[in-house]
Amino acid sequence: MAGYLILLYENEASWADADELTSHEIYAEHGAFGEANRAAVSGGNALAPSGAATSIRRDSSGELTVTDGPFVETKEALGGYYLIEAADLDQAIGIAKQVPARFGGVEVRPIRVFD
Amino acid sequence: MPAPPTVADAVAQAHRREWAFVLAATVRVTRDIDLAEECVQDAYARALEHWASDGIPASPGAWLTTVARRRALDLRRRDARFTRSLPLLADERAETEADHEQPHEVADDRLRLIFTCCHPALATAAQVALTLRLVCGLSTAEIAQAFLVSEPTMAARITRAKKKIAAARIPYRVPGAQELPQRIEAVLSVVHLVFTTGHTAPGGGALVRADLVERSLDLGRMLRLLLPADGEVAGLLALIVLTHARSATRVSEQGELALLADQDRSRWDRVAIAEGAALVQEALRARAPGRFVLMAAIAAVHASAPSFEQTDWAEIVGLYDRLAEVWPSPVVALNRAAAIGLADGPQAGLLALDELSDEPALAAYRYLAAARADFLRRLGRGEEARAAYTQALALTENEVERAFLRDRLATLQP
Repeated sequence: MAGYLILLYENEASWADADELTSHEIYAEHGAFGEANRAAVSGGNALAPSGAATSIRRDSSGELTVTDGPFVETKEALGGYYLIEAADLDQAIGIAKQVPARFGGVEVRPIRVFD
Repeated sequence: MPAPPTVADAVAQAHRREWAFVLAATVRVTRDIDLAEECVQDAYARALEHWASDGIPASPGAWLTTVARRRALDLRRRDARFTRSLPLLADERAETEADHEQPHEVADDRLRLIFTCCHPALATAAQVALTLRLVCGLSTAEIAQAFLVSEPTMAARITRAKKKIAAARIPYRVPGAQELPQRIEAVLSVVHLVFTTGHTAPGGGALVRADLVERSLDLGRMLRLLLPADGEVAGLLALIVLTHARSATRVSEQGELALLADQDRSRWDRVAIAEGAALVQEALRARAPGRFVLMAAIAAVHASAPSFEQTDWAEIVGLYDRLAEVWPSPVVALNRAAAIGLADGPQAGLLALDELSDEPALAAYRYLAAARADFLRRLGRGEEARAAYTQALALTENEVERAFLRDRLATLQP
């Protein structure tokens, strides 16, 4: 088995515009996803919107600077993740296809293993 | 009596015919593509030596597989570097050493190899490059040349793809029944791309890249052998066979483009046409023929017509109608419009083409301008035809096609 991180990228404006009923529907979908894939999912979280993000990087003089906002500005922002265990990429893709992400999509990244 | 094959010929033939089989069987042992390639190359080098002294074996593929696998096992035993379990064979346990003593029982793993090379998690260009390299055994230099990129660029593309296979654990496996149709479609798209790239080279002095066409034919035959029940597999093979059967007449001895209407049909390969037509017949019996079956059916109508004028254009329009349903694309719509022009006259064809003039995907497509130009020429609308030919000329880089369009322009009366 190998670890994969499923990153959820969704349009934050769509999320913000969603009414309460829609939000509850989505939470229920995530609940159902977690239930259906309980054996494979080993962790996961929803993230606060990218407006709450803080980035820290080195400036040209090598000093660490702290700035407001996500590391990379994108229309579809990282909004959550699941950590899963799968035998191979096909199985991981099979699980990732079930992740509710109606305002965007997901990315599957293998967890790197160091020998 | 034919002269007995030389050892060099036999090795070259085995390279062409058996590479995929030998590599696929060796990957199972090594669980590492690079190592398997190294061992297979080594086996071919040994073949040159051993076959010269011991004679050419009855089954070169089995001989090469045994030698390559033995080498892989030796390396694994000797070098701890190779004993770590690589993630390539994600869901298959590596075979035990006892499995390798009976070469004739070696399982045919070529499908695993093909599905791994054509995995949708790899970029299309990488799928094509990997297939040519690992399934067809082409060198990086040959693939780079075929796709008009530099060798280091192609080498980087292949290395990146191999790394992704290992890091993301793309499985070495034939997909399950549920995913299979979609995955076969991906494989067929790769083979079709190899074929179309060979059939009309994207640039340069020659119209056809014969080596790529040959490889696509090899791949089509291999898939037909491995997936005999799949209609689309039969359809793609038929399409390649039928199109290839007419290839001798596509370019004149002077290297000029010859249109279907002007080709010498007596020089078409009748044996290949019969083979392709039989495949089409078989595949058309399937419940819902897919795009390759319908494209092949269209090619079969062309190939069996006694002349351009006597072609059953109504049948071709009907097949394009069905193709547009299962594979709606601007190019299919364009070909359908061109067929309408031949079935019902240039005015009808021009009307059908005009419906496509707002299609953004066709705005820079040279064949739309060329088809318009042809209908306008037939209708005697010289000025408009001239403008359309000029537009088509501006849109193609292929020298043979450019020469044809310039020639057409020159024959228009001012």
